[in-house]
Amino acid sequence: MARITMRQALTDALREEMHRDERVFIMGEEVGVWGGTYAVTRGFYDEFGPRRVRDTPISEMVIGGAAVGAAMAGLRPIAEFMTINFAFVAFDAIVNHAAKMHYMFGGQMRVPLVLRAPGGGGRQLGATHSHTPDVIFAHFPGLKVVSPSTPYDAKGLLRAAIRTDDPVLFIEHATLYQVRGEVPEGDYVVPIGVSDVKREGSDVTIVAYAQGLQVALEAAEKLAKEGIEAEVVDLRTLRPLDMAPVLKSFQKTFKAVIVEEGHRSYGIGAEIAARIQEEGFDYMDAPIKRVAQEEAPLPYSRELEQSALINVDKVIAAVKEIV
Amino acid sequence: MDKATILDWYRQMTLIRRFEQRSSELYQLGKIGGFLHLYIGQEAVAVGSINAKQETDHVITAYRDHGHALTIGSDTKLIMAEMLGKATGVSKGKGGSMHLADVERRFWGGHAVVGAHLSLATGLALAEQYNGTDAAVLCYFGDGATNIGYFHESLNLSGVWDLPVLWICENNQYGMGTAVDRHSATSNIMQKASGYNIPAAQVDGMDVFAVHEATQKALSAIRDGKGPQFLEIMTYRFEGHSMGDPLRYRTKEEVEKWREDDPIGILERHILKEKIAGKDELDAIDTAVETELNAAVEFAEASPLPAPEELFTDIYVEN
Ligand SMILES: Cc1ncc(C[n+]2csc(CCOP(=O)(O)OP(=O)(O)O)c2C)c(N)n1
Ligand SMILES: [Mg+2]
Repeated sequence: MARITMRQALTDALREEMHRDERVFIMGEEVGVWGGTYAVTRGFYDEFGPRRVRDTPISEMVIGGAAVGAAMAGLRPIAEFMTINFAFVAFDAIVNHAAKMHYMFGGQMRVPLVLRAPGGGGRQLGATHSHTPDVIFAHFPGLKVVSPSTPYDAKGLLRAAIRTDDPVLFIEHATLYQVRGEVPEGDYVVPIGVSDVKREGSDVTIVAYAQGLQVALEAAEKLAKEGIEAEVVDLRTLRPLDMAPVLKSFQKTFKAVIVEEGHRSYGIGAEIAARIQEEGFDYMDAPIKRVAQEEAPLPYSRELEQSALINVDKVIAAVKEIV
Repeated sequence: MDKATILDWYRQMTLIRRFEQRSSELYQLGKIGGFLHLYIGQEAVAVGSINAKQETDHVITAYRDHGHALTIGSDTKLIMAEMLGKATGVSKGKGGSMHLADVERRFWGGHAVVGAHLSLATGLALAEQYNGTDAAVLCYFGDGATNIGYFHESLNLSGVWDLPVLWICENNQYGMGTAVDRHSATSNIMQKASGYNIPAAQVDGMDVFAVHEATQKALSAIRDGKGPQFLEIMTYRFEGHSMGDPLRYRTKEEVEKWREDDPIGILERHILKEKIAGKDELDAIDTAVETELNAAVEFAEASPLPAPEELFTDIYVEN
C-alpha cells in the first residue's frame, strides 16, 4: 500500500469520482486556474476543463445555493468553500435549503451534494478565519457532517459523500493535509455514519475526530509509556452519529475523555457525554472529561492562540484526572 | 498643491512601500505569521484619497490594510508591533496584519471576510446621518468583493437612505487568481454602482494627484447632500495576493508592464521634472523613512508578547 498525504487522498478521490460519474463537477473560489487554495484540485482545470471545474466569483451565498439547485436537477456538485469560515456567509443555503429540500417537499427532491471546506485553527489567521464550527452544522437533521482524520478515511469517506444522495458537509482540517497514511489502490468506500476504533486499550476511552484524533493518538502513545492504555475512538462522522463503538469501549474502560477542537460549551463533548450517561450510566466510574478550545475567540499572536487550542499535554492531564 | 504637501505624499507612499518590503522579510523569517497581503503598487490609492478627507471622516477597509493604517497616521511602531503579535500592537497582538485599527483616528479596521465591512461602513454612515453631522465614510474594497451579497445590499441601502459613504473600489485587476473578466459579469466595475443610482467615476490609481482630486470631488458631493458616491480606482498589486502565492494566473510581462507605472516612480519623476524638489531632498526623505522603520522594527521586536490572561480580556465589555 502506498503512503500518501491526506491532500493526495482527497485529490485522488475527487479525480476518480469525476472519471466515474459525468454528473460530478467542482465549483468554488480558486478551484480551477489557481489549483485550489490548498492545492487539492491542482491540475484538474487542465484535465477536466472549465465545464467541470468551475472558478466562481467570491459569492458564497450563490455557491451554496446554486449547488443545491444543480443537485436538485440531477447533477452531483462538489462545491468548495475556501474555508469553513466563509460557509457562514452561505449558512442559509446550507441549513435552510441543502438540509431541508428532501424533507419539506415530502421526499420529492434530492440534494446529492458535497460541500467541501477546510477548517480549524492554529495558523495565526485571527478570530474570523480560525473557526471549528463543526457542531453548529451537525446540529441540523438533513445534513450529513463528515470530518476525517487519516488519508485512508479521507479518501473512502469523500467517495461515500459523493455517492450518497444526501447533502454532505465535508470538513477537512487544514493542518491534516500533510499527514501521511496508507491508502490502498482501488475502489473502496468508508461508509458515512460509522465510528472507528483507531487504537485499542482498556483503561480509558478517548473519543475524538479530525485533528483532535491525531492529538488523542499521540497522547495515547505517551500514556502507554506510563502504563495507561487508552482506547481511541474516531467519530469520523458527526451526523449521523455512531455511538456504538464509543459505548462498547466505555463498557470496558468505564471512563471517557472527549477531545474536540471547537469550543467546549455546547460542543461535541457535551453531546457525547450526554449520550454516554443516558445509555451507559451503569458503567460510569468517573466524571467524563472534555478537552476543547478555550472560551475565547482565537487571537493572532502565536503563543496566545496555541494556549487556547487542544494539545497532547491537555489530553494527558484530563486522562490522569480520572484514571 | 504646495511643495510640503507633495513631499509629504512622497514620504507616505515610500513609507508604505518600505514597510511592506520589511514585512515581507519579517514574514520569511517567521516573525510575522498568518496571512500577509502586501499593498505594493497600490500606495497612491490610500495616500491620494485619505489625504482628501476631513478629520471627522471615517475609514474602513479589507485585510490589505497596512497602507491605510500608515496613511491615517497610526504610529508605525504600534502597527509593526501588531504585525509581530506583540502586546504593544494597535490591536494588542490579537488582530495581526489583517486587523489593524485606530479608532481614535476613526480608522475602523481591516476586515478579513470579503465584503463584510461594506455593511459596517453602511452603519457608520447611518450613524453620522442620524446625528446630523457632515462626516462621511471612506470604504475601501477590492474588485473581487463586488461580487458578494454584502456589496450589493450595502450599495442599495446606502442609495435608499442617501447615506454619506464613499465607496472606493481598488480595482487591482484580480481577486486572488481570478481576473476581473473571469469573476465579474461586467468588467466595467463602476457600472455596478449605476444599478443603485450611485454616481461613479473611474480614476487612474497610479496617479496620486488624480486619486486625490477625484476623492475631494466625491466627498464634497456627499457633503452637498448628493448621497453616496462611488470611485473605481484602477491599480495593480505588484506582488502576490498573499505570501506564498504561486502566481500561475498572470504573466511576468503583464507585471512588468504595470511596474512601469509604479506610482512612486511616477510621483518621483513628476517632482524632479517640475523641479518641485531635488534628488537630494527625496533621498533625505528615503533615509528618514528608513530610520523610522528601523525604530519600528526594533520597538516591535523588543516588545513583550501578550500576557497569557489576555486570551480572556476584551471578549465582553462587561465581564
Ligand atoms: C467571504 C470570503 N470569501 C473568501 C475569502 C478568501 N479571500 C480572501 S481575499 C480574496 C480575494 C479578494 O479579492 P479583491 O476583493 O479583489 O481584493 P484584493 O485581494 O485584490 O485586494 C478571497 C477570495 C474571504 N476572505 N472571505
Ligand atoms: Mg482585487
